[in-house]
Amino acid sequence: MTRKVLFALVTVAVVVFHSAVAAITIYPIDRAEILAGSRFDFKVELDGVVAPGDVRVTVNGADHARTFGQAARFVEREDGVDASALLLRDVVIDAPGRYTVEATDGRRSARVSWEVYATGPRSAKNVILFVGDGLSLAHRTAARVLGKQISEGKYHGKLAMDAMPHMALIGTAGVDSIITDSANSMSAYTTGHKSSVNALGVYADRTPDTLDDPKVETITSLAKRKLGMAVGVVTNTEVEDATPAGMVAHTRRRSDYDPIVRMFYESGVDVLMGGGAANFLPKSTPGSRRKDDVDYVTKFRDAGYTIAATESEMKKTAADAGTRKLLGLFHPGNMDGVLDRKFLKKGTVERFPEQPDLVDMVRSALEVLVRHDAGFVLMVESGLIDKYSHPLDWERAVMDTIMLDQAVAVAQAFAAGRGDTLILVTADHSHGLSLVGTVDDDVRGEVMRDKVGVYERARFPNYPAPGGDGYPPRLDVSRRLAIFFAGFPDYYETFRPKLDGPFVPAVPGPDQRYVANERYKEAPGAVLRIGNLPRDSNTGVHTGEDVVLTATGPGAERVSGFMDNTEVFRVMVEALGLGDATRR
Amino acid sequence: MTRRAALARLALGLGGIAGGLPAAARAGAPERLRFADLYAGGGPLGLTFSDAARRLRGQPVAMRGFLAPPLKPEAGFFVLAARPVSLCPFCQSDADWPHDIVVVYLHPGSEFRFRSSADPLEVTGVLELGSRTDPETGFVSQVRLVGSHARLL
Repeated sequence: MTRKVLFALVTVAVVVFHSAVAAITIYPIDRAEILAGSRFDFKVELDGVVAPGDVRVTVNGADHARTFGQAARFVEREDGVDASALLLRDVVIDAPGRYTVEATDGRRSARVSWEVYATGPRSAKNVILFVGDGLSLAHRTAARVLGKQISEGKYHGKLAMDAMPHMALIGTAGVDSIITDSANSMSAYTTGHKSSVNALGVYADRTPDTLDDPKVETITSLAKRKLGMAVGVVTNTEVEDATPAGMVAHTRRRSDYDPIVRMFYESGVDVLMGGGAANFLPKSTPGSRRKDDVDYVTKFRDAGYTIAATESEMKKTAADAGTRKLLGLFHPGNMDGVLDRKFLKKGTVERFPEQPDLVDMVRSALEVLVRHDAGFVLMVESGLIDKYSHPLDWERAVMDTIMLDQAVAVAQAFAAGRGDTLILVTADHSHGLSLVGTVDDDVRGEVMRDKVGVYERARFPNYPAPGGDGYPPRLDVSRRLAIFFAGFPDYYETFRPKLDGPFVPAVPGPDQRYVANERYKEAPGAVLRIGNLPRDSNTGVHTGEDVVLTATGPGAERVSGFMDNTEVFRVMVEALGLGDATRR
Repeated sequence: MTRRAALARLALGLGGIAGGLPAAARAGAPERLRFADLYAGGGPLGLTFSDAARRLRGQPVAMRGFLAPPLKPEAGFFVLAARPVSLCPFCQSDADWPHDIVVVYLHPGSEFRFRSSADPLEVTGVLELGSRTDPETGFVSQVRLVGSHARLL
C-alpha cells in the first residue's frame, strides 16, 4: 500500500469516527466518574431535528426513565440551534456501578459509560484545599530558595507545603483541550467532572446561552446539602474569578460575574473573602461594574453576613464569637500581591491601603468556620501567582508563592493535634517557567545574556536572608535567579525584577496584534525577544505539564502516583464520606 | 446608547454648557483632569468621584494615559488607562480592567490612528460620569469621554 493510499484510508477512518462521535453527544461524557447521590443534568444532543418517536435512550439496556426516575424532556429545537435534544435536570443515581447509556434517533447512535461510585464512611471533619493558581515547580523551588535560602546545595529549611507526607502528580487537561484554564480545572476539583475552557460546573453544550449548560453538583452544594457543613472561599483575586467561582458556579462563561455573585449568594457559603467588590455594588455606585441596580452587599448583610472591607474590620469581625457568616470584600478588582503591598507600595496599594494578607485572611476564615459544629470545607486560592506569571513577572509570582506557603502553615497549625482535618495543596495548571541559573551583574559581558550563569557558573544567588516575615527584603541583588518562560509574546527581557510596578510585557499594537511594550526598551541591557506564541497572545500562557499535589490528614493516603484532576474531588468526598451508602 | 446617540448627546451637551464655560474652556483649552484626581476616595464598597470630576461633568476635559484598542472592529470605543495595559476590551471581561479606566468614544471626525498601547497620549472629550453599559458589547463603564480627539504626546 502506498503512503498516499494509507493516508487516504486513515483520513476516511478519522472522518467516519469523528462524525460518529459528533452526531449524537451525551452529557455527562464517556468515562465520567459520578459520586453516588450527587446531582447532575443529563443531556442528549441529537443531530438535526428529529421526531420524538424515533429517539430512544437506554441505561444498561432499559429505558432511561427506570434509572433516572423520570423521562428526559424532548426539545424539538434548542434555542439558537437547529437540532433536537433530550434534557433532564438534577438526575441522581444512588446505586454504585457501571452505567452504559445508549442513545439513538433511528439512524445514528452514541454510547457512553459512567462509573457511579460510593464512598466509605467519613474520616475527616474538615477539608482545606489550597490552590496556587498556576503554581509550577519553578515557583516552588524559587520560593524555597528565596524564603529558606540555600548554600552548598542544601536548603536551610523546607516550605510548609514540602512537609506533607503524601504527594501526587495531577493531570490538568479538560474535555476540549490538553491545555486547561482555571475555570474547568477548578471545576474538576469541585465537581469531579471534566469541563471545558471558560466553563464552571457544567458540561459545555452547543447552545449559545451560557447559563443553560448541563450542570454537575459542586462540593459546596454536597457538603451543605448532605452534611450541613460550613463552606469558606478565600482568595486574593476577585471572588468571581474562576478558581473561587468554581466552588459554586454553573456557567459556560467564567466572565458571567453578575450571575456568579448571585450564585455565591444562593449557595449559602459561610465565609467569602477576596477582591471583586465591583460586582456586588449597584451600578449607581461609582466603582460598580454591575449591569443592574441590585445591591449584593446589602443582600448579604440582610442574610446574616457581617461585612468587612479592610484588614482591621476582618480581624475584628472574625474575633467576635457571634460571627458565623463573613463577607470580606477588600478591593473592587484583584487585590495587590505581597511584593506591592508589603514592600514597594506599587500597584493599587495607595488607593486601597488596607488590604489584608492572604495569611491573615486564612486565620480569620478558620476562626469563623470552626464555630460550625458540622465541620467545614475551605478553599484558599493564592491567585496572583497566575496573574503575575502571565505577564512573565516571576518575582511577584514567587513572592505570592511564599505567601501561599505561609497560609498553608496556618492551616497546618490549625490541624495539628486535631487529627480531623484533611489539607490539600495543589495548582490548577502550570506555567512554562524554568529556573535556568543566575544573572550575575559582576560577570563581565557586553550583553546581559553573557551574565547568565549556567551550571557551575550559576553558583547560588545572593538574596539577603529573609526577615521575620519570611520574605527576602530585597530582590534586586547582584546575583539573582535567572528564570525564563517557555512561551511568550514579543517583549523586552530586562533580566531584572520590575520594581516600578507589575510587568506589562506586550501591549496591543496595530492590526489586532500584540507588540513589545517599549516602556522597557531603555532598561539597561534590555533585549527584544521575538515571541513564539501567536501574535494575538498578549502574555505567557498556561502549559500542559502535570502539577504537584501534596496532602496531609485523614484521607490524604489516597494521594499518590499520577491522578487526574477529577480524582482530587474524589479524595475530598471520600474523606468526608459524601457518598457513604450507610448514611443515605 | 448607540454611538450616534452618544454623539447627539454630546452636541446637546456642548450647546447647553457653552454659556457657562470658564473663559479658558470657551477659548478651546479644556481643563486637565488627572487619573489620580478622578476619585476623591472611598473604598472597595464604593468610590467617590472627586469634586473636580463632578465640577467638570458635561464639560470638555483633557486626560493623559494609554489607550487599549477595540480589538473587535464593531466596538466604537477605546479604553484609556493610567498605565499601559495588555488587555483588550473583549479578550478579557470588563472585570479584568483597572478600577479607574475611562471609556473613550472618538469624534467621527477624529483623525487619530491607533498605533500602540505603549504610546502616551492626551485625549480631549466631554466628561460623562455614571454607569453605562455599551449596548453593542455589554462593556460597563463609570467614566467616559465622548466626542473625543486624541493626540500622541
